Amino acid sequence: MFNWIQNIADWLVYDVLNMEQGQHLAETLNFFIYDTTKILILLFVVIFLMGIVNSYFPIDKVKNYLSRNKLFGFEYLMASLFGVVTPFCSCSSVPLFIGFVRGGIPLGVTFSFLITSPLVNEVAIGLFVGLFGIKTTIIYVVSGVLLGTISGVILQKLKLEPYLTPWVKEVLATAQKDQDVFIAEKQTLKQRLPVIWEEVLKILKGIIPYVLIGIAIGGLMHGYIPEGFFEKYMDKDNLFAVPIATILAVPMYSNASGILPVVQVLVAKGIPIGTAIAFMMGVVGLSLPEAMLLKKVMTLKLIAIFFGVVTLCIIISGYIFNIVL
Amino acid sequence: MSKVIKILGTGCPKCKSMAGVVENVVSKNNINATIEKVEDIMEIMKFNVMTTPALVIDDVITIKGRVPSKDEVLTLLS
Repeated sequence: MFNWIQNIADWLVYDVLNMEQGQHLAETLNFFIYDTTKILILLFVVIFLMGIVNSYFPIDKVKNYLSRNKLFGFEYLMASLFGVVTPFCSCSSVPLFIGFVRGGIPLGVTFSFLITSPLVNEVAIGLFVGLFGIKTTIIYVVSGVLLGTISGVILQKLKLEPYLTPWVKEVLATAQKDQDVFIAEKQTLKQRLPVIWEEVLKILKGIIPYVLIGIAIGGLMHGYIPEGFFEKYMDKDNLFAVPIATILAVPMYSNASGILPVVQVLVAKGIPIGTAIAFMMGVVGLSLPEAMLLKKVMTLKLIAIFFGVVTLCIIISGYIFNIVL
Repeated sequence: MSKVIKILGTGCPKCKSMAGVVENVVSKNNINATIEKVEDIMEIMKFNVMTTPALVIDDVITIKGRVPSKDEVLTLLS
C-alpha cells in the first residue's frame, strides 16, 4: 500500500540528491522522508474520520448518555469507548471531571473516560497504524480501552468520594440526573463538513512539529544505533524492565505524536514492544502537569491512588503485550 | 450597547489563543465590548461547560472547546 512512498523517497535520496545507498546519512534521510509522508497521510485520514464521529457525539451528548442510561456494569466500557472518540485537551480535564460528577455519573466511570481519552485517540491511532501496522494497532486500542475500563471499575470499588476536595463534594451532593436537555443539532453531513475540515487542519497543524521532531529523532537513532543495541540491556526476560520503564515515564509528559516515532525506533532496535508501549502509555496517560491540574478537584491521596492504580494496570498490560506480540 | 465578553479557561495555550483572537477582532472593528478572562475553575463551572476554552457573550455560551476563527467571532459579535 505504501510502496509508492518508498519509491519516492528512494528516488529523492539516491537519484535527485545523488547520495550513496547504505550511507548513514542517506539511510537516515530516506527513512525520514518515507516515514513523514506515510504518517502524515495516515494521520490525516484517521483525524478526519474521528472528526466526523466526534461531530455526532460531542462531549455533552456523551455526558447525558452516561448520566441517563442504566447500563448494568457496561457504563465503564462505554465511558472508555467514548474516551476514544472524544478528544479533549488536558487542560479541560478538570471542567470535564466536574461536569461528569455534576451529571451524577459515578466516579469510577468518570475515571474510565479520563484514562482512555489521552491513551487512545485519533492521533495515537494514526501514528500506530503508520509505525506498527494494523494488528499491533488493534491490540493497542483494545488494551487501552480495557485498561480504562478495568482501572475505572477498581477505582469505583475503592469508594474514593471522601477524598475529593470539599467544593467538589458539594457539587457531588447536588448532582442530578441530567438537567439540561441536549439540543440535538440536526445537520446533514454536508453541513458539518466545513467545521470538521477546519478542525482537522487545526489539529494537524498543531501536531506536525511534534511528529517531525519525533521522526527526526527516530531517524537519527535509526541510522546511527546498531540493530539489537538495546537488547543487551533490556531483553524480554528481564522482569524489571516493564515496571522501570513505566515508572520512569509517569512524571514525563508528551503527547502521542512526539513519543511514538521514538518508541518505534526503540522497538526496531531491540526493546520488547510491551516494554516500549508501557513506557509510552506512562508518558501519554499520566504526567506531573496533569497531577497539578487535578489537585483542584482531588486530594493528594486520591491523586496518588488514581496514579497508582493506572500505573499498575499499565505495567500489567506491558507484560501482556510482551507475551502476546 | 456594550457587550460583555467572557473567556473561560484555566490558562491553557488554547485559551490564550482564543483571547488573542477575540481581542484582535474587538480592537480592529472598534466593537464596544469589555473582555473579561475567567480563570478560576469554580467560576468557570458556574457556566456548566465541560471543555475549555469557552466564549461567553452577554451570558450566552457561544463556543466551547475550540479556538474560533476571526470571522466567526466577528459574526457572533455583530
